[in-house]
Amino acid sequence: MTNDRLNTAGEDLLTIAGLTKAYPGVVANDQVSFSIRPGEVHALLGENGAGKSTLVKMIYGLVKPDAGTMTLKGAAYAPAEPRAARASGVAMVFQHFSLFEALNVAENIALGMENPPKMRDLAARISEVSQNYGLPLDPDQLVGDLSAGERQRVEIIRCLLQNPKLLIMDEPTSVLTPQEVAVLFQTLEKLRGEGCSILYISHKLEEIRALCDHATVLRLGKKVATCNPRQETARAMAEMMVGETLHVPQKVPRVPQDVALKIAALDVPARTAFGTSLKGVDMSVQKGEILGVGGVAGNGQDELCSVISGEILVAASQVKLAGAPVGDQGPNARRALGLLAAPEERLGHAAAPDMSLTENALLSGAVREGLERKGMIDWGKTRSFADKIIERFDVRTPSSNTAARALSGGNLQKFVVGREIMQNPAVLVINQPTWGVDASAAAAIRQALLDLAAEGAAIVVISQDLDELMEISDRFAALNEGRLSPPVATSGLDVEKIGLMLGGAQDTEDMQVNA
Amino acid sequence: MDLSAISPTLLIASLMVAATPILLAALGEMVVEKSGVLNLGVEGMMITGAICGFAIAVETGSPVVGFIAAAVGGAVLSLIFGILTQYLLSNQVATGLALTLFGLGLSSLMGQSYVGIRPPAIDKLNLGPLADIPFFGPVLFNHDLMVYLTLALCVGIWTVLKFTRAGLILRAVGENHDAAHALGYKVVKVRLMAIMFGGACAGLGGAYLSLIRVPQWTEGMTAGAGWIALAIVVFASWRPLRVLLGAYLFGGVTVLQLNLQAAGLAIPVEYLSMSPYLITIAVLVIMSAPRKGGKARASLAAPACLGRAFHASN
Amino acid sequence: MITLEKRPEPSKLWTAITPLLAVVATMIAGGIMFAILGKDPLVAIRTIFWDPLFHEQFASFSRPQLLVKAAPLILIATGLAMGFRAGVWNIGAEGQYIMGAICGAAVGLAFYPTESFIIFPLMIIAGALGGFLWAMIPGILKVKFHTNEILVSLLLVYVAEFILASMALGTLRNPDGNGFPGSRNLKEYPSAFNADLIPNTGLHWGVVAAIVAVIFAYVLFSKHMMGFHIRLAGQAPKAARFGGVEPARLILFCLGTSGALAGLAGMFEVSGPAGQISIDFNVGYGFTAIIVAFLGRLNPIGILLAGLLMALTYIGGELASFMLGVPTAAIQAFQGMLLFFLLAVDVLTSYRIKFAKREAA
Repeated sequence: MTNDRLNTAGEDLLTIAGLTKAYPGVVANDQVSFSIRPGEVHALLGENGAGKSTLVKMIYGLVKPDAGTMTLKGAAYAPAEPRAARASGVAMVFQHFSLFEALNVAENIALGMENPPKMRDLAARISEVSQNYGLPLDPDQLVGDLSAGERQRVEIIRCLLQNPKLLIMDEPTSVLTPQEVAVLFQTLEKLRGEGCSILYISHKLEEIRALCDHATVLRLGKKVATCNPRQETARAMAEMMVGETLHVPQKVPRVPQDVALKIAALDVPARTAFGTSLKGVDMSVQKGEILGVGGVAGNGQDELCSVISGEILVAASQVKLAGAPVGDQGPNARRALGLLAAPEERLGHAAAPDMSLTENALLSGAVREGLERKGMIDWGKTRSFADKIIERFDVRTPSSNTAARALSGGNLQKFVVGREIMQNPAVLVINQPTWGVDASAAAAIRQALLDLAAEGAAIVVISQDLDELMEISDRFAALNEGRLSPPVATSGLDVEKIGLMLGGAQDTEDMQVNA
Repeated sequence: MDLSAISPTLLIASLMVAATPILLAALGEMVVEKSGVLNLGVEGMMITGAICGFAIAVETGSPVVGFIAAAVGGAVLSLIFGILTQYLLSNQVATGLALTLFGLGLSSLMGQSYVGIRPPAIDKLNLGPLADIPFFGPVLFNHDLMVYLTLALCVGIWTVLKFTRAGLILRAVGENHDAAHALGYKVVKVRLMAIMFGGACAGLGGAYLSLIRVPQWTEGMTAGAGWIALAIVVFASWRPLRVLLGAYLFGGVTVLQLNLQAAGLAIPVEYLSMSPYLITIAVLVIMSAPRKGGKARASLAAPACLGRAFHASN
Repeated sequence: MITLEKRPEPSKLWTAITPLLAVVATMIAGGIMFAILGKDPLVAIRTIFWDPLFHEQFASFSRPQLLVKAAPLILIATGLAMGFRAGVWNIGAEGQYIMGAICGAAVGLAFYPTESFIIFPLMIIAGALGGFLWAMIPGILKVKFHTNEILVSLLLVYVAEFILASMALGTLRNPDGNGFPGSRNLKEYPSAFNADLIPNTGLHWGVVAAIVAVIFAYVLFSKHMMGFHIRLAGQAPKAARFGGVEPARLILFCLGTSGALAGLAGMFEVSGPAGQISIDFNVGYGFTAIIVAFLGRLNPIGILLAGLLMALTYIGGELASFMLGVPTAAIQAFQGMLLFFLLAVDVLTSYRIKFAKREAA
């Protein structure tokens, strides 16, 4: 595929040529070139780790390229820092928001501007812009109290107030419900109509087909293709992005069985100022069943996972394991009974970053694998447990003595998921099993979960990836502001219905009203 | 025992003096903590300021030059902490402790030849007829200049934090250094400036002790004032006007127990002397106990990045 | 332009080298300080680090002192290291040391003048208990009310000092002391005296306790779940909760153990080398032990070596003050400098220094 637009650089808003950036052990970007026209929505497509974020950080002045040049509006462009990029008309909305929870909306926006007006004037302009673009916001509210969608509005308004020529959006929809995505797309269309270019980073193919005029595909740091997404099938683009044919997990039909895990009338107050409280959560999972829990980040996922794992204690009868009350028992007591967990945050929660894989195997394996006796650790046995995980789950590491943080995200994820699966859980709760993991590792993890369920384990999968949940779970429930919707069978669910569930509409009547 | 010997007028007047050194140190530390840095070296910076100010004031005969030297001394010492924690990414708790241990040693080394000397006297500010107002005159209008400057500093810090862009950037850096960095703010530079400001304030507080409050140089004369300043920052929930309140409360307790000692209360002197420390602990307990009714209020919480090291590549 | 680059794993080599590097850097900076004070730096450094062990005239006196000074430092630092590894910052060991000494001495003095072999063991228990309970104050306040243990444990040092003064002047004052402050001298009370086990070696029961504590801590950290949980809680608190660590139990264990060890150190000191409760009984071992703990990299074996080195600077400092007129305060500054350099070079264990040419912006 050739790039037919390089020779029209004179009309282009931004042209980048041969951008290269290397980090120790990895070339994040290797000779990447493409250009963006005025008023176009340009997609930057690629898997996690393909080098999309590094590339846009170079455009935004956060990272300096090792080699290559950029041209903005016909002039050489090499921003030394974000401030310079903003002055040149380049603005960026981050994937993980660069917001300050304890500051209010107006203060957050002022921090992103070069010469902010007085606070009162700024508040007025915020109201004005937010009305123009259909992004309602109260300038005086603390950002910590806002939902993920509202926080994104803060970032977008912060950019819009600078009248940008180029708006960079890094995975903007990963935190939004389908309805919020629709609102975002309207805003972006309006911007495009006003002549603003948008560089849109995503790995979600349908979105890109709906929104973008051009797409540049990155794989392992290199540009591998350009295309017009409206003319390509999702499958064709997926193959450009992944470069190999994917293994799709197989689901075995199941018959109803005994309830393995039951949670009843669970209320948990928020533990931090900006945490989420769980409200009236009821759920049950049968043996051999996978329950998928969807929801936008920050709606109580971590709290739910911690309540099941035993990191947050509740009344004994609120969590029942095969009928036995365990709500007041800690993680190790629950492990002894067969309830295991794999939290979302790999480094720092599921694994201790500076500890070796052997020590991390001990972290959750001590009880069920008999790695300690009367408090004394059997290091030999622990090491062989770690080696077994590494072997069975194909964890790429020099040895079991390697520190957890030295592993790539995908390999560490395989290790922490494998660690729990190897212990033959009766019930497993797993939060974001494939976040930030490359496609083949993700497929392997999903297959392992399906195999585990086929062997009779009850599994709760909490994820923001709806495709993943649809693929592996038998039933689906959504978390919204700490409330869990009643689970429904996955078969027969469509995007709109899921969207309403994620948005908090609980029964069908609600749904009809909102629809 | 004769409680009538305790005059409320003198009590309040002297509590303002007793509170000033702690207020200075606590205000400085509050700014440092607002930027997300926990400097436990306040005690070390205070005592270094105490001897720098004392020595220079004695040598030059000018208390003003002494105070300037104390601020510089405290700031220079804090710079060691700044370089270690900001550039070499050392643990802030350990480095702060090291600063205190080093400051105590350094100050007694510098103070060898200044023991038992009297510093040049500092006049009270002449506020004319204001000082003659009954009760309010002696209480409010009969102090040295530093008392008023410290009050002005308190209001100044409040204004800067609340209304200016510099204050906003300082708070932003303390709340989320990664986001501040992503927006292009120089996290390390902002923090270094805050650390040095904190050092200068602690130094001034120390000099106020050695030049005005005591006024004399003795080894280890800060006697935990730096630690109490740290406690007051927690008590004040990182708000300048509450720091003022906390320091005056503490000053009140100190002065009251001294008065009770003088009045010959039937409690051994040692137990009266330990009361300010015990009351500080009690206040810390009350302030840090979890509130009933769920969520802690965000506006009362510590800066989110307090004590966390920042490295741009992460 | 110099930049830091995070290593994929902490370097084991640099973990071992950095304390030595810090000692060398401190000797150089200390030499400069001595030169400013008008002393020959080489002579001063030799007097501090060499003469106490090998000087023909003073070594015979100094060598036993090495154990006497090192024992409390090692005992306290071993306990502190447990807490520091778990992220529990007990910096009030000085206060726990004082309270251990007061409780130990009080039990001994209560039996005066009865002679019995049971008295000394009782004093040991009382000393450990005194330190333990004093450390439980910040412990319980932290667990129950989330109160900052750094501030509380430190403020309690001042309280302990006033209690010490009150004891020396009042409750425990020697009734036969003609009104002078200070308790009876336990050296003159055989049942309560912590004498040298081998005369003139400095090898008293406190040294034995220090060695036992080091072995205990070594086994705890390398072989026991509790030690694993302590390391886990310090490095990754969330992972520790996931691993089933109960933070409250850990906080109380760390504070309690370090308090008990500091209390023991105080008790062995008051019943042996010091001999009596006096106003100026405490000389800052509780604070110096913080330096010892870090210098020993929070590792029990490292602490053993660091304790001996720090004891050497104490003795050498006294010698330098006696021989060369170097102020004793200089030694305190010297020790503080050592901690600074240690923290400064520590960056090399997790980061490597990279010299990059400045990129054209």
